[in-house]
Amino acid sequence: MKKIIGVLCTALILTSLAGCAGTESAVLDTTAIDTEIYSSFDGQGVELNVANWGEYISDGSEGRVDVIDEFEKLTGIKVNYTTYATNEELYAKMRAGAADYDIIVPSDYMVSKLYNEGMLADIDFSKIPNYANIDEKYKNLAFDPENRYSVPYFWGIVGLIYDKNKITEPDFGWEILWDEKYADNLLMFDNPRDAFAIAENLLGLSLNSSDEASLKAAADKLREQKPLVQAYVMDEVFDKMAASEALVAPYYAGDAVTLMEENDHLGFVVPESGTNMFVDSVCIPKTSKNTDAAHLFINFLLEPQVGVANTYAVGYSTPNKKTFELLDDEMKNNGISYLDNDYLTNHTEAFSALPEEADKLMSELWTSIRSGE
Amino acid sequence: MKKVLKYAYLALMTVFLYAPIFVLIVFSFNSTKSHTVMSGFTLKWYFELFSDRIIMSSLVTTVIVAVSASLISTVLGTFAAYGINSMRKLPKTLALNTNNIPIINPEIVTGVSLMLLFVFFAARMHFKMGYITLIIAHITFDTPYVVLNIMPKFRQMDKNLVDAAEDLGCNGMQAFFKVVLPDIFPGVISGFLMAFTFSLDDFIVSYFVSGTSVQTLPITIYSMTRKQVSPKINALSTIIFIVVLTVLITKNVIENKRVKKVQMAVREEIKI
Amino acid sequence: MKKLTSAPYLLWMIIFVLVPLFMVAYFAFTDSGGAFTLANIIKTKEYAPIFIKSITFAAISTVICLLLAYPLSYILSSMKLSVQGTMLLIIMLPMWMNFLLRTYAWQALLGNNGIINNLLGLIGIGPFKLLNTQGAVILGMVYDYIPFMILPLYTVMAKIDKSITEAAEDLGCSKLQSVIKITVPLSIPGIISGITMVFVPAISTFIISKMLGGSSNLLIGDLIEMQFLGNAYNPNLGAGIALVLMIIILIVMAIINLIDKSDSDDKVLM
Repeated sequence: MKKIIGVLCTALILTSLAGCAGTESAVLDTTAIDTEIYSSFDGQGVELNVANWGEYISDGSEGRVDVIDEFEKLTGIKVNYTTYATNEELYAKMRAGAADYDIIVPSDYMVSKLYNEGMLADIDFSKIPNYANIDEKYKNLAFDPENRYSVPYFWGIVGLIYDKNKITEPDFGWEILWDEKYADNLLMFDNPRDAFAIAENLLGLSLNSSDEASLKAAADKLREQKPLVQAYVMDEVFDKMAASEALVAPYYAGDAVTLMEENDHLGFVVPESGTNMFVDSVCIPKTSKNTDAAHLFINFLLEPQVGVANTYAVGYSTPNKKTFELLDDEMKNNGISYLDNDYLTNHTEAFSALPEEADKLMSELWTSIRSGE
Repeated sequence: MKKVLKYAYLALMTVFLYAPIFVLIVFSFNSTKSHTVMSGFTLKWYFELFSDRIIMSSLVTTVIVAVSASLISTVLGTFAAYGINSMRKLPKTLALNTNNIPIINPEIVTGVSLMLLFVFFAARMHFKMGYITLIIAHITFDTPYVVLNIMPKFRQMDKNLVDAAEDLGCNGMQAFFKVVLPDIFPGVISGFLMAFTFSLDDFIVSYFVSGTSVQTLPITIYSMTRKQVSPKINALSTIIFIVVLTVLITKNVIENKRVKKVQMAVREEIKI
Repeated sequence: MKKLTSAPYLLWMIIFVLVPLFMVAYFAFTDSGGAFTLANIIKTKEYAPIFIKSITFAAISTVICLLLAYPLSYILSSMKLSVQGTMLLIIMLPMWMNFLLRTYAWQALLGNNGIINNLLGLIGIGPFKLLNTQGAVILGMVYDYIPFMILPLYTVMAKIDKSITEAAEDLGCSKLQSVIKITVPLSIPGIISGITMVFVPAISTFIISKMLGGSSNLLIGDLIEMQFLGNAYNPNLGAGIALVLMIIILIVMAIINLIDKSDSDDKVLM
C-alpha cells in the first residue's frame, strides 16, 4: 500500500511541476497593427461573450498564436469564449433566449434567417476600418445583399473526404454515398441543410429548393441512404476518418485540409456535379450589450496577421485579401482551399434562407429521417 | 472452488469497470492525438494542459459550482429532512414525493424545464444565465439526495433524545446542534459527498442552463467528444483520478485504523 | 417550529421543480404562437417506434445491470468489514471519471480499428463490428449506470442481519436456498431503487446512443435534445415528447413499486 501511495505522490509532484513549465504559444506580431484604436476599453472591465464553431480559431496550441489571449492583452476586454457545433444549435440557443452573445459566427443561410427574425443588429462599418481588407467577391452576397449585418470570417466548399488506402480511384461524386459497396463505412452530415443539399444536388435540384415536392424527393433520397450510413456526425468526422473507422464522409474543405495535414491516408474530392459554397460570417446579435467592443473584436479578426494565424489553424479559406497575400504557396495551392474561379462560379451554389414553411418542413422531414427505422 | 469463482467474478467485473479508465490514462501519455494507437511516450499533454485557457477556466467553474451547490444543498437538505421527519403522514408523503421528482425525472427534462423557467425570468428580471443559474440548478438536483441520505438516520435516532435535551433546558436550536446533528452527521457527510459527486459530473442539466459566459468541464468535454478529445483532457482526468484515489485511500486507511483502535479498546475492556 | 425548518426547501422545490414542470406542460399544449393545441402530443405518436426502442434498451440494460450487480453486491457484503470498504472504493472509483469520457473511451475500445479488434487481430480473429450497434448502446448503458445498481443493493445487503441466514442454514437450508428465501426478499427495497436509478437515466440518455449507436439507434433523449438544442428546433414538440416520457416513467415506477410492499420513506435511494 505504501508503495502505491509513494508512486502516486511522485506522479502528483511531477504533474504539478509540469504546471510551472507550460508550453509557449507564439506571440502576435503587433507592429503592423494600429494599437491606438484597441486601447479605448482598457481598464473598464468590459466582457465580451463570443460564440464560435468548435476549433474555429487559432487557440495557441501547437505553437500558434492565441488570438483571444492577444485580443485581451491588447484591449483589456475579457472574452468569454464558448463553442457550438451546428448552425441549428446556435439558432436554438438564441431563440430560447438562453444566450446573450456579443459575437456569433453563423453560416450564410443562418445569417439571413437570424436577420429575418430580427435577431441581428446592424453593423457600423465605420468602426471596422479593416473591413477594407475583405475581397469584394465576398461582399454583397445573397444572404446580406446590402452588407448591413455580417462580416465574412471564412468560406469554403463541401466535398468528400475519403480513405486513399481503400478507395484508390478518386473518380466519384456524391453518388458514392449511396453505393452499397461502402455500406456501413459511410458517414453523413448530422444537420438538415447540408444533408439535404447533397441529395438535392444528386437529384438535379437547386440547393435552395423550397417547394414541397423537391424537399420530399430529397428526403426520400436520404431515407434510401440511411441503411448504408454508419453514423450521422458533424465534427466526429475527424476522429472517425483519422482512425479509418469510416471510408467516406462529406465534409467542409477546410477541415479536410486540417485532417490531411495529419493523416497521409486521407484524400479529398470536389464533386464535379457541383456543391455548396458557404460563407461563415461574424455577426452581432441584437441582444449584445457591448456593441462597441464587439465591433472592435471584429476589426481585430480582420487584421491580416490574425487572419493568417486563424487560417493556418483552421484550414478554411480566407476572404481577407491581405491575409491571403501573406499565406505560403503550399496553402494557396493545395487544390482544395482556393479552387479556380470557373468551378466556383459555375458549379457551386450558396445557401440562402428558406421561407419559413419550407424550413419547418425540412426540420420535420429531417426528424423523421433520423428517427425512422 | 467457490472462492476461486468468487474472486474470478470480482476480477472480471473490475476489468470491465476499469477498461475504459485504463485506456484514458494510457493515452494521456500518447505522443499523437490518437486514442487507439499508441505511438510513443510523452508528458507534453500534461504540460500543455495548464496553459489551455478553456480547460482551465471550465475546471475552475466546475469546482466553484460543485462546491457552492453541494454546501448549500447540504444545509438546505439537513434542515428539510429534520422538518419532514417530524411531519404527519400525509404531508410527509407529499414532501418526500416532491423530493423524489428531480431524482426520477429524466435529467434532460429537469434541464429543459429549468431552462424554460430561467429564460422566462431572465427576460423579465434582467439577469444573465451563468453561475447563478448553474448553482440554482445544481442545488435543485443535489438536495433530494442529501435529504434521502439523512432521512434514514432520523428514523434510527431515538426520539427521546431530543425530548430529554429539551427537558434539560436546551431550546430547539441547541437541541438540534448539540443532540440531533452529531447523531445524523454520517448521513450529512454522505449526502454532501453524493451531492458533490453529482455536481462535479453533471453534464445534461448544466448544458441547458449554463448560458453563454460560463462553461463547466463536462460541457467542454462534450464539445470535444464531438471532434477529437484532446489528450489534454485525458491528462486532466488522470490527475483528478489520482487525486481522488489518494484522498479515498487516505480516508480508508484512517478509518481502518480507527476501527482497529476501537476493536483494541473493546478487547482491553473485556480483558479487564 | 421543527416543521418550519423544511419550509425553505419546500418553497425551493415549488419554484424550481414544480413550476418548471408546469412550464413544460404549458409548452407541450401550445404552439409556437402560444395558442392551445394538442398537435404536439398527437405528433408524439409518430415516434412510437423510438419510444418502444428506448424502453426496450433501458429495460434490457436494467436487467443486465441487476444480474451483474446482484452477485457482486452479495460477494461484497459477505466480505470482512475492512475489505468491504476498500472493495467498494475500487468499484465506485471509475464514477469519478467524467462519464462522457468513459463513454468516449468505449468508442476507442470498440471501433473497427479499436483496441479490442486490434487485440483480437493479434490472435487472428475479427475484426468484428462492435461500435455503432445496438449492443454497443446497451453496453454503454450497463457500464455507465451499473454503479447505481451496486450501491443500493450493497447497502441493503450489508444491513441484513447475518444471524438470520446463519439460522436458516443451521435449520437445514442450503446456501442457495438461504439466498433465495432470505437475502432476495430482504433486498427487494435495494432492487427497486437500483432498477429506478438505472432505468430512468437509461431511458432518457442522448449521449450514449449518439456516441456508440451509429445511424440507426436514435433514442427519446436524442429526439428531445434535437427539438431544444439540436437540428430541428421545436421546443413545443420537445416539451410534448418530454411530457409523454415523464408519464411513461411514472407508470413504470408505479408498476415497480407495486412489487415493493414495504412502507419505506426513502425507496428511491435506500
